[in-house]
Amino acid sequence: MVEFLQFTLSGLSFGMIYAAIALSLVLIWRGTRLLNFAQGGMAMFTTYIAIEVIHGTGSYWAGFVVALAAGAVLGAVAELAVVRPALGKPELNAVIITIGLLILIEGLAGIFYGGQYRSFPAAFSVIGLRAGSTPLGVSRFDLFVAAAVLATTLLLAVGFRYTSAGLRMRAAAFNATVARLSGIRVARVITLGWALAGLLGALAGVLVSPSTFLFPNSMDSIFVLGFTAAVIGGLDSPLGAVVGGLLLGLVLSYAGGYLGSQGSNLTPLVALGILVVVLMLRPDGIFSGTRVRRV
Amino acid sequence: MSSETPSLVVEDLVAGYGEVIALDKVTITAGAASITAVLGANGAGKTTLLRAISGIVRPRAGRILLDGAERTGRGPEAMARAGIAHVPEGQGVIAELTVEENLRIGMMSWPGIGWRRTERAAALAEAYDRFGPLADRRRKLAATLSGGERQMLVIARALVARPRVLLLDEPSLGLAPRIMTQVMDMVVRLSRENGITIVLVEQNARGALAIADRGVVLNLGRVVASADAATLAADVALRHHYLGF
Amino acid sequence: MTALSTPRVLGAALVTAVVVVILSIQLNTFRDYQIAEIAIEVTAVAGLTVLTGLSGQISLGNGAFMAIGAYATALLTLHLNWPFYVVLVVSALVTAAAGGVVGVAAARLRGPYLAGATLLLGVALPSLAEAYPGVFGGDQGLDVNFTTPGFLGVNFPLTRWQAWVCSAVALVTLVLLANLGRSRVGRNWRAVRDDEVAAALAGVNVARARILAFVVSATCAGMAGALLAIVTGLVAPGAFTITLSIALLTAAVIGGLGTLPGAVWGSLVIVLVPTYATDVATSHGLSSSVASNIPVAAYGAVLIAVMLVFPQGIQGAVRWIAGLLGITSARSGRLVSAPEGDELPPSRHQALLTPGGDPPDPHEKEDTQ
Repeated sequence: MVEFLQFTLSGLSFGMIYAAIALSLVLIWRGTRLLNFAQGGMAMFTTYIAIEVIHGTGSYWAGFVVALAAGAVLGAVAELAVVRPALGKPELNAVIITIGLLILIEGLAGIFYGGQYRSFPAAFSVIGLRAGSTPLGVSRFDLFVAAAVLATTLLLAVGFRYTSAGLRMRAAAFNATVARLSGIRVARVITLGWALAGLLGALAGVLVSPSTFLFPNSMDSIFVLGFTAAVIGGLDSPLGAVVGGLLLGLVLSYAGGYLGSQGSNLTPLVALGILVVVLMLRPDGIFSGTRVRRV
Repeated sequence: MSSETPSLVVEDLVAGYGEVIALDKVTITAGAASITAVLGANGAGKTTLLRAISGIVRPRAGRILLDGAERTGRGPEAMARAGIAHVPEGQGVIAELTVEENLRIGMMSWPGIGWRRTERAAALAEAYDRFGPLADRRRKLAATLSGGERQMLVIARALVARPRVLLLDEPSLGLAPRIMTQVMDMVVRLSRENGITIVLVEQNARGALAIADRGVVLNLGRVVASADAATLAADVALRHHYLGF
Repeated sequence: MTALSTPRVLGAALVTAVVVVILSIQLNTFRDYQIAEIAIEVTAVAGLTVLTGLSGQISLGNGAFMAIGAYATALLTLHLNWPFYVVLVVSALVTAAAGGVVGVAAARLRGPYLAGATLLLGVALPSLAEAYPGVFGGDQGLDVNFTTPGFLGVNFPLTRWQAWVCSAVALVTLVLLANLGRSRVGRNWRAVRDDEVAAALAGVNVARARILAFVVSATCAGMAGALLAIVTGLVAPGAFTITLSIALLTAAVIGGLGTLPGAVWGSLVIVLVPTYATDVATSHGLSSSVASNIPVAAYGAVLIAVMLVFPQGIQGAVRWIAGLLGITSARSGRLVSAPEGDELPPSRHQALLTPGGDPPDPHEKEDTQ
């Protein structure tokens, strides 16, 4: 039973990371109807920026904040410079462009920062916590990961629901024509969406890099799992992104834990299995039913 | 009608999609607080006309003047902020948002910034006052409204937006006759009581001419008749040929 | 006689074959290897461009099908020692079957959901090799033995023979796909891509058409994998990462989605550009980490630039130039439009990324700003 608890908590912790990436993909999908393949790469790049800041200033939190800000800026710049010109053209073009952006960013990271693995500090202790003498399988840092992602998600949810900017974003996502005709500058809203997505990705990057080390391709597999989580949850549903992420984290943790060494090799297959099962039952993701028919 | 500057002037407007010319030198003049009915068969260009005025489609030639000021070639956001509200056919409300949120969207075209909360609240209160059923449902999703209630929401949002000109594309489409009449009454009130200039595209030509001041008949992108509503309604040959009644 | 009629296609294939033979004799070993590489990519990309461009099903996992074909080839050669042409056919069949399974599983998936599922397939399948190293050779992989046939003599270079074999397979694939595209099967695919409901109402068995497209695409990828096995002599999971699947899709789109000449252009790009960029970088004597990453960054930039400048891909640009020069009808090589030329405006290829219901169009682009 102790094992189960450990796997559960560890799975939830990683699940939060997948949820963050999934959420960023959902944000962009709702705003632009586009899959941003560069999301992981952008997160990797902002994490490199963070580490430079941390080494330069000696402060983890300075790096943390700069990473988030850089993520927002990078997201906005990517949308304005590279994605905006591609809209209105064949749809796969924009996807290829984000793939090109991913490759470009990974190449630039290699040029500027070199290809070797770098370690990234964790905000808090990574020593496993204990309840009495029982190891819990999570550390203070894991708790911080969960708290950070949850807090950001809640902030976003509240922002969407209760602010004017949030209303504009939702209106633009649901019906861009009516939104534009109501005076909403949909183009700006979309840029804002990409900025928020970039921020979320940057958050995921700094939270996961202590575990994975940092190198130009370090976020690739996280991206794939985040994408899987978003698909499982339903690409139109932010709630689905979080649920999908947690679900995926949990199942992968159990698989890795109970299947031993074979488990880590089979992780992608297990993920594929979950995906297939979910999509067989709900081809548009778990929360797809909440899409409302327009007037 | 009056000698003051007409609210909306569309002059020799040309617009189209790719190689297809949908509007060929269309000219329309709408006086302040008047109702102008735009009529004609399917494909005559009525919807394109509204889209060209509101900026969804960029005109290739011609001018659009709002209260005498040139507004040609602006995008929809700018046109909305300049005071032109357009309700496209079948897309009046955003179904995934609540009634109140839909009304709040109406306020996003108010010119300038810094509108105080009290002004916004007052605008909402006025809309709820006039449209009781909406007040009851303010937190419900617009998708849960019936057809007539949705059109009510559309009109209410138009009221909140306080536009100079309101372009309505087939507001009575798909509605039962009784509801249709109610919607038309609401449209009339918008113009008479709130001074909004209305341009109304309608398949239901008889109903539209009954409430309109002027009528314009389009055929294949051109204006084939432009006169006051009573004259058009009395022109039996015209009605048979272009309007179906 | 339309541009894609059989005599013309066969003629083009023959001419290409002759050109390849001449080039393979004139150029050095490395170039022969590149010809083989390009031919392999063409085979795989052609299948993918048919799947995604004609039947509207995006696949980010065709690398997995290549892996299946490659491992089948390796295992058959290792354990049964059959001649290559038999191995090729069997590998193709095995992969076709796999394509059928995937097609059935994916039949209800659309747009990004299909993309996600195939992406994960592309990632997951190669990991099987590491999970069962006893059978699949694990990380080290399996060696593949391939030699020139006796009748060519002892001095015939292996790389040249490989180039010939790969090119032959590629050309045959292109010819067959061209025919398929023009047949009723191809028309059904396009109908399903453009409007599923209308196609179903017109009597097309939508599910069967979609599954068939997957089978065809997988078969092409499987053959490409088999060729890859004999050219590199080694089949290991590291050759079939998700990068490969993405490269295939990139090639298909850059070349011109849905067009067979596009498969050729795209393959040329993904094989030659990185190599060229690497050459340039190393010739300038840059430090190794910078030098090895400049081609990467350059490749990414090229992808972005080509997509922005040539939205219809390279084949679109070629057609445009041909049109300017008044050379041919605007449809040369284009499998996408129906014979009468009722071409869809490009921005309506919604089947590819938008699953069903109304996507918001933030930037409606008909005479708008």
